[in-house]
Amino acid sequence: MSFIPGQPVTAVVQRIEIRKLRQGEHLILGFSIGGGIDQDPGQNPFSEDKADKGIYVTRVTPGGPAEVAGLMMGDKVMQVNGWDMTMVTHDQARKRLTKKNEEVVRLLVTRKSLEQAVRHSMM
Amino acid sequence: MDTESTYSGYSYYSGRSRGSHRHGERSRDRHKSHSKDGSRSEKSVTINAPPAEPLLGDSSVRGDEVQDDNWGETTTAVTGTSEHSLSQEDIVRITKDLEDSVGLDCRRYFTLTLAVVLGVLVFLTPLAFLALPHLLWPEKLQTCGTACEGLFISISFKLLILLFAVWALFFRAPRAGLPRVFVFRALLAVLVLLFVISYWLFYGVRILDSQDENYQGIVQYAVSLVDALLFIHYLAIVLLELRQLQPAFSVCATRSTDGETRHYNLGQLSIQRAALVVIENYYRDFPVHNPALLTASKSRAAKHLAGLKVYNVDGELPTTPNTGPPDNNAATGLAHSQSRAMIAAAARRRDTSHNDLYYEEAEHERRVRKRKARLVVAVEEAFTHIKRMQEEEQKKAPGDVMDPREAAQAIFPSMARALQKYLRTTRQQHCHSMESIQQHLAFCITNNMTPKAFLESYLTPGPTLQYGRERWLARQWTLISEASVTSGLKEGTIFLLKCIDFSLVVTARRIPYIQLSEEFIDPKSHKFVLRLQSETSV
Repeated sequence: MSFIPGQPVTAVVQRIEIRKLRQGEHLILGFSIGGGIDQDPGQNPFSEDKADKGIYVTRVTPGGPAEVAGLMMGDKVMQVNGWDMTMVTHDQARKRLTKKNEEVVRLLVTRKSLEQAVRHSMM
Repeated sequence: MDTESTYSGYSYYSGRSRGSHRHGERSRDRHKSHSKDGSRSEKSVTINAPPAEPLLGDSSVRGDEVQDDNWGETTTAVTGTSEHSLSQEDIVRITKDLEDSVGLDCRRYFTLTLAVVLGVLVFLTPLAFLALPHLLWPEKLQTCGTACEGLFISISFKLLILLFAVWALFFRAPRAGLPRVFVFRALLAVLVLLFVISYWLFYGVRILDSQDENYQGIVQYAVSLVDALLFIHYLAIVLLELRQLQPAFSVCATRSTDGETRHYNLGQLSIQRAALVVIENYYRDFPVHNPALLTASKSRAAKHLAGLKVYNVDGELPTTPNTGPPDNNAATGLAHSQSRAMIAAAARRRDTSHNDLYYEEAEHERRVRKRKARLVVAVEEAFTHIKRMQEEEQKKAPGDVMDPREAAQAIFPSMARALQKYLRTTRQQHCHSMESIQQHLAFCITNNMTPKAFLESYLTPGPTLQYGRERWLARQWTLISEASVTSGLKEGTIFLLKCIDFSLVVTARRIPYIQLSEEFIDPKSHKFVLRLQSETSV
């Protein structure tokens, strides 16, 4: 999940589609995010490269829409509905995920086990 | 305190004890033999070797070239000194001393008289300029008007100021005798002399010969002379005093025997003046030179050399590597190969002398600490025996009133033994005589010092001036320099200041040119944010 500056970022990603749940007047997705380019990357427990300022899933509420859709703790969110999430601030990420007029968010997430699985299957 | 046989003969130069040497050995760098346990016992005997006359073994080897196994029994030896005679070296040294002292004094008086004559000449010149017209052609002279008399006041005050200024700058006790003439002073004297001579010439030609009547002009001429003399005095201040104040060089002075190093910042000085500054600072900063502390390393070095012997089994000329210059190339080559063989063998053998050194030093440390503890306790106890008598008690006049000296003598015996043992262990016993210790004790008692303050001068070796005058050796310094001693210091100048037993190696380095740049930080720009790691639920 580390990147070389100037080169395109390549990763093995999984498409996850989360249908938002209506709770009162809020639409919730059922997970928490951490990270962003304005945050301190050294405190991220999930990243391999401690300089990675991407958006990571820090908690998934059990039984929520995110867990149902297959999101796991520690995933790095690469895209939300086509919008890039690798170089955004924390607040921008939150806004992209919580747009009031969207019912469904399609995430591209990556995790380490995906890459290992692909490598194993190629061998 | 018993007398010490390693008394290193500094009373040699006092002129009193020439005839009877109290085991008058002097430990020089080239002593030829000393007893085996020199580092442990306090009685190490060194026999000094006069440089011109070699001792026992060498004279015989130089005499005959054939190896003679019986040489030890048949040679007569020339020893260094005996109890009641003067050796050849003594005589040479006495005459050299006399020459030196007479020579230096002559030079000093010569320069002094020259300076005084010049000063008197310079001071009387304006007065002469003013007085001569009155003496030689009084009737032709115009009377001195108001402006002219005003100039008299000005000239008298300027002369007074000049007198004070010259007294302040030049009339000081000379603090040193330098080997060469002080270049700036000589230049200034020559300048003043030329100046005064040119003024006299002008005066003689234009005024005396033509018998000028304009007295005011003559007075103004004299005033201009005094003004110019004041300016020359200003030049003297700048050249002699101010120019070397700004630091330009950093000199590093290292003592050759034990490696003590100090650094000083000096201005632009000539080598001899820089040497003078270093010596004056030496007396303040360096701990006193104690030759007794160096015997340990010398004995180790002797053991290294004595460990290997070279035998030549081919029946050729047996030359050891440390004799005088060999006669021919074969002997040189032989000596070279022998010394190389010795070095190689010494490198190969397994030397455990480092072990000895380590344990010996640890043992010595322990012993010093134990003795120090006993000494501190003894001194503290001794100090409790006396107390200062108060004023009201004085009126009652008790029986046994002592002045500080008697009080010191009264409490000294209780601490004498512990102090003596401590000084023996740290090998300082010849630096302090009983008299000096009692004097110091009386001094401390008078000034209400604590026992710790009294002991401080014995626990750490102090600067040289703290000890008796015979340790100062202030007249024995020699300046050794490759460059001329009146030339200025440059980057990388090295010179040596040799005293009797040791020398100071002085190296000069230029202080770098410092380029300082400025950076302005707006006080409003000091702003901080917290490092965040927030977690948001979506």
